[in-house]
Amino acid sequence: MNLLPWTIYLSFIGASLAWLAGRRWSAPARWLALLTALGNLGIIGWAALDFSPAAETQTLVDLPWVSFASYHLAADGISMTLVLLTGIAALAGILFSWNITHRTGDFFALFLALIGGVYGVFLSADAFLLFVFYEIAIVPKYFLVAVWGSTNREYGAMKLVLYSFAGSALVMAGLLWAGAAGISFDMNFFAAQTRILSQVQQTGMFALIFTGFAVLAGMVPFHTWAPTGHVAAPTGASMLLAGVVMKLGAYGCLRLALPAFPLGLDFFQPLIAALGIAGILYAGLVALVQTDFKFVIGYSSVSHMGFVLLGLAVATPRALAGAVLQMFSHGIVAGLLFAVVGRMVYERTHTRDLHQLHRLPLFRMLPFAAVVFSLAGIASMGMPGFSGFPAEFSILIGTWQHNALWAVLAAIGIPVAAAYTLRVVHLAFFGKIAAEEISSADHPPLPPTTWPERLGAVLLLAVSITVGIHPGLLLDWIVPALQSPLMQIVSNGAAQ
Amino acid sequence: MNAYYSELFSFHLPEVILTGGALLVLAADLLLGKFSSEPVRRALAALLGMLAMGFAAEALSPYLRGDTSALGQLCLLGLSGLTLLLIAGTSRLRHPAEHVALTLFATVGFSLMVTANNLLLVFLAFELSSITLYILAGFDKSSPASAEAALKYFLYGSVAAAFLLFGFSLLYGLTGEIELAELGAKLSVLPASPLLVIAWIMILAGFGYKAAAAPFHLWAPDAYQGAPAPSAALIAAGSKLAGMLLLVRLFAEIGFSPLGPALQTALALLIAASLLLGNVAALVQSNFRRLLAYSAIGHAGIVLLMIGIAPADPQMAFGDVLYYLLTYGLASVGAFGVAAVLEANDARGQKLSDFAGLWQRSPFLTICLLVFILSLAGVPPLAGFFAKFNAFYDVLGSLDSAALTSSPFFWLVLLAIAMSAVALYYYLQVLKQAFIAPAEETRPLRIALPATTALLFAAAGIVLLGIFPEHFLRLLF
Amino acid sequence: MTAFLPILAQTLPTGETPAQPMLLSLLIFTPIVGGLMLLLAHKLHPTLSRLLGLCFSLTTLLFGAGATIIMMEWLGTAPMIKIPPQLNPFKIQEGEAITQSFLGFNYHLGMDAISLLLVLLTGIIAPMCLLASWKVKHPQIFFGLMLLTQGAALGVFLALNFFLWFLFWELSLFPMFFLIKLWGGPGAQRAAYQFVLYTIGGSAFMLLAFAAIYAATGTVDFARLSAMANVYGPSILNEKLAVLGGAVPMLAFLGVLVGLAVKVPMYPFHTWLPATYAEAPVGASMFLTAILSKMGIFGVHRILWPNFGEQLKDAAPVLIWLSLAGVVLGAYAALRQTDLKRMVAYSSINHLSYCLLAVFAVYSATSGTQADADSAFAGTLLQMFNHGLSAAALFFCIGVLEDRTGLRGLHDFGGVRKVAPLFTAFCGIAMFSSLGLPGLNGFVSEFLIFRGVFGVKPWAAAVACLGLLGTALFFLNFWQKVFHGPTAAHSAKVADLSFREVLVLAPVTVLMFVIGLWPQSLLSLIQSKFF
Repeated sequence: MNLLPWTIYLSFIGASLAWLAGRRWSAPARWLALLTALGNLGIIGWAALDFSPAAETQTLVDLPWVSFASYHLAADGISMTLVLLTGIAALAGILFSWNITHRTGDFFALFLALIGGVYGVFLSADAFLLFVFYEIAIVPKYFLVAVWGSTNREYGAMKLVLYSFAGSALVMAGLLWAGAAGISFDMNFFAAQTRILSQVQQTGMFALIFTGFAVLAGMVPFHTWAPTGHVAAPTGASMLLAGVVMKLGAYGCLRLALPAFPLGLDFFQPLIAALGIAGILYAGLVALVQTDFKFVIGYSSVSHMGFVLLGLAVATPRALAGAVLQMFSHGIVAGLLFAVVGRMVYERTHTRDLHQLHRLPLFRMLPFAAVVFSLAGIASMGMPGFSGFPAEFSILIGTWQHNALWAVLAAIGIPVAAAYTLRVVHLAFFGKIAAEEISSADHPPLPPTTWPERLGAVLLLAVSITVGIHPGLLLDWIVPALQSPLMQIVSNGAAQ
Repeated sequence: MNAYYSELFSFHLPEVILTGGALLVLAADLLLGKFSSEPVRRALAALLGMLAMGFAAEALSPYLRGDTSALGQLCLLGLSGLTLLLIAGTSRLRHPAEHVALTLFATVGFSLMVTANNLLLVFLAFELSSITLYILAGFDKSSPASAEAALKYFLYGSVAAAFLLFGFSLLYGLTGEIELAELGAKLSVLPASPLLVIAWIMILAGFGYKAAAAPFHLWAPDAYQGAPAPSAALIAAGSKLAGMLLLVRLFAEIGFSPLGPALQTALALLIAASLLLGNVAALVQSNFRRLLAYSAIGHAGIVLLMIGIAPADPQMAFGDVLYYLLTYGLASVGAFGVAAVLEANDARGQKLSDFAGLWQRSPFLTICLLVFILSLAGVPPLAGFFAKFNAFYDVLGSLDSAALTSSPFFWLVLLAIAMSAVALYYYLQVLKQAFIAPAEETRPLRIALPATTALLFAAAGIVLLGIFPEHFLRLLF
Repeated sequence: MTAFLPILAQTLPTGETPAQPMLLSLLIFTPIVGGLMLLLAHKLHPTLSRLLGLCFSLTTLLFGAGATIIMMEWLGTAPMIKIPPQLNPFKIQEGEAITQSFLGFNYHLGMDAISLLLVLLTGIIAPMCLLASWKVKHPQIFFGLMLLTQGAALGVFLALNFFLWFLFWELSLFPMFFLIKLWGGPGAQRAAYQFVLYTIGGSAFMLLAFAAIYAATGTVDFARLSAMANVYGPSILNEKLAVLGGAVPMLAFLGVLVGLAVKVPMYPFHTWLPATYAEAPVGASMFLTAILSKMGIFGVHRILWPNFGEQLKDAAPVLIWLSLAGVVLGAYAALRQTDLKRMVAYSSINHLSYCLLAVFAVYSATSGTQADADSAFAGTLLQMFNHGLSAAALFFCIGVLEDRTGLRGLHDFGGVRKVAPLFTAFCGIAMFSSLGLPGLNGFVSEFLIFRGVFGVKPWAAAVACLGLLGTALFFLNFWQKVFHGPTAAHSAKVADLSFREVLVLAPVTVLMFVIGLWPQSLLSLIQSKFF
């Protein structure tokens, strides 16, 4: 358990080593990155075995740092879930980035630095520390997208990072205000402190911090960075962006905004729920008419994060558990979808235009990709048997307990998701099925899928199915964490 | 009398060492310069200069504990020392000994600004540093831009000095004192008068010029652009640190609480103008140095924000300003250092596009630039972030927490935060060139050892100050 | 943990029921495992994989027979329709009904008489579908997907927990999607898309309804909900749901109803059906109409009746009219079709609407006797079985025509009787069975339905007679145009049935006669005290 902080350190060490090694050779950089990711996953696995879910967070490190904040790392079930997600997503991301040859060392260094920041966010038990790690995770994104990206990469990267930074500016303003009002940044003290704040203060601070984090979680109308950024990003980075980075925003909302300012949540609850539902439906409908393969997945991410936001807004224990599970699930599934689109299809066919792909017998040419994408698509629709189902179901249950109309509106998102997923499966993979009609000269065979791709895809699918069939694995971590005094405030506050 | 002078001598030992060092540098060059080549002369001058700095620092060490102004002096020595290294590592200008000596004189001026207790001495120190900086700005005699920089800097500077002197004379006229402590005591019992307001506004204008705060910033872009890189670094780093520390001390010693609202409004306007103008104008710059100049204007806004709390808590304000400007200075010296290395190699390091492909030419330089620029942008874990956060935290903390939203400083902090998000855009423009754009010129860069050392120190300083800020801040409180 | 399980349903007993280790799991998972094996080993020799697939498919019949023997002991001991509504006791159960997990995900299977009937139907139809698809391209994948669908359907029939039920419900969708898409006719893309989208659209609302049930009661176990109703009275669920909001009980009912109605399909949710059935490959069409459409009616029995009795009663007038619309409009729409496959597709709507009609009529009965109710109920169950047999046979017959000539228009043929007498005989029997000729199975079930519905809702029975008339008309038209008259050019190409094709049709034909002449054989499985 106490090794868990080493995920952060190991990532940064790995980043430095990969950078050094990458200056001359690319293979060692790659292997170093893989080893780092495996090492992290090993640490997480070890910690998971050791982890006994309890209501209280378990402190890992607590050192004095600066006058108003301490270097306080801790883990509870929610952190563990998301740390595990990060470990898996990082490993898969590296596997799907195996073919990076341009500035390999730089790529993996930035990749691991980003991962290190993400681990830091998920393990921080101090608001200031969390914010520091959060910002550390922002900058590498810019370079990952701008250097190794594709379409419109510099625009996408800049938009992505400016949105993130604007969001974090809001968070910073909120934190400073809270600090000035006498709140200590140690998250364990939030519960005791909130009652010194007035309604107006809580509302204002909540608005700043929640909005700031929600920008990164893809909340409508601040979501527009997400599709562009995801599309521009290289495969590994878009996997991380959708898989992990969007979760940072939701996690920040859950960990800082909700418990610290329960009255703020009460005030903004309808608005957030409305924006969450708007995200589910609007992004889903927009995904339905995209012609760029990756844009479909980008918008679908926004749509799925809408469920997370809805869960956060509703803030009953069940909805929150669903939201955390949805973060995990979406991290895995969206990562897989981006992997198929970016790595398996785009890098072989060099097009993402659905109508062009439709003219290729892609199902024949890349059967593995077609099967994986179909399965991932089914998972993404929230079909039972995959991880998205218990998550969305749990959110729906929680929403019912709160407001019937919200539940009905959110449920409409499910057939919409089915519609755009099936459409894209059809257009992209099952265009010309009768390969006989097409002479092989028209379509030279594509390079077959490589073993890192297969490994990564199987890993992610296996995780999604395991969690889908036995969600208790994660819920047994998440649920006790939601019963901590800190989180009780959330559900009590929202119930008022 | 003798004892008094010897005490004074020992108290001003650092300045004496620096002055002596400057003279020694000149003398050594006069004697040995004829027999040696330009690089050797430069190396020798810089070496002697560094030694003088080292001895001065050594002389300071007894006072470090418990005396924050000594720490300020030490920081100034450090920044000037880095500038000296840049002179040694990147400069091609003739008369290196004079260059070094002038830098040392400027440092003497800075040092005195931090310690002066007397209006007259304050003004003298102010002018000593300013005049040497005018010369330094125009030190590249082959470049018209350098001359232009010097002229503009000088013209604006002399007007500012006049303002300052006028303000000081009004203070003197009102109280009949020039000792800061007694001046403060007299002022505190004086009824508020329009003259006092005018005096303070004059003083603010003088320091606004030093800090390059809008609307007294007009010299900054041209001076930053035209001055030789080490001089520009000194203007950006040392001069600003010294000036602002002096302003904090003035506020701390003589305070403006009786005149609160009027001055607060003036200060707030200054801050808002600097934040807006600096950050917005920087967005459209294509010249690296002008970009730094406008970003400096923006940073000046934040520094003035901290100075706003000086009357309430001078100790904290001094610490925050020192920490902020030290990290800012390190980053600025570093950024100018990178530009200087480029200029030394290609004879161009002005335009943003000159940085294109830096990652191919020198990964070391790229990483250093990354650290400096991101620190300026305020990205953790670099010191710039912590300095900024700490500043805002203290500013808000010093306000009345119940009536927070009614204080202009609260809204100024919000503005500053918003502007820091805007600022990221132009900082990333620099990094985009350095880290992403392909190189037109792929020749590896040669970096002289002193420059490497300077950059390494600056970068390491920023990283360490960012990760362990408390170790530094604890020295102050 | 307990804070998350606030509701009373957690600790109720579900009654003493003997557990039968593994039988139900074997039923479900043998085809699924077989299907996955075939999909993974898609390089296997085609014939070998076909045979393997058939073996896996036949296991359902084998296990179903085993289950029948076990069930015999209890059959016929309980009245069929229980008022107040509740589930039949599950004679074979597996897994844990009492749940401590956060979402109530538990593995709970059970079999009652209705499940048994449908399991047996699946056991008969599924191998038949595989035999009918013997010659498809890439049989490994086709057979694999068919087996997955089969397993999913069985899962729906046996699951006692909503999650499990829903898992299989949705799982049945995607193999079928690919079967239609990849092996279907020219319009298959659109048809497959429509099929899945309609079903998911419907089931999303069902999911939502169950989210509400879970939010209200803390369980979604069917047996547990039923036990709750036993202890606290039949309206307990509605009371609990009403806590969430006044409209929630009705919303939840409508959600489940829409999900089921799309699947059956009930008018007006049927628009996906004709295209899907027509475009699907023969084997898939057979399976769709024979088994998957039954899932919807099964859901009415399993979910709506025990849990939403009150709403069902309230909505019955509307539902009966919609069912009647299906009966009548389905028949007359079939009459207008010139594509034989679409004709049979519409006839499916007609036949399934009988089932729905009877169900809704009985469930909303305010007059009439227990005997009427039992009769109609037995009629629906029998009709489900019979429709499975006859519709599958008819789709296969049209498949034979299409296989020989590439055509399936009503007017493309003529005089097939002379060219292919054996085929004509089989097809005729299936047609007359479907039409309800006495002596064949269809008559028995339709008679029971009409008798029962007449008892409880005479006017509905009267309107439904119009449907009977329409059915007779279009089948006779079919019979006339295709088999009689001068031999058309295309008809000449219709070679008579091969041995394999006889093997497909013979068992169901025999069953049509057996049930038609000796309905007790099947009814005794359901309930013994008829006739």
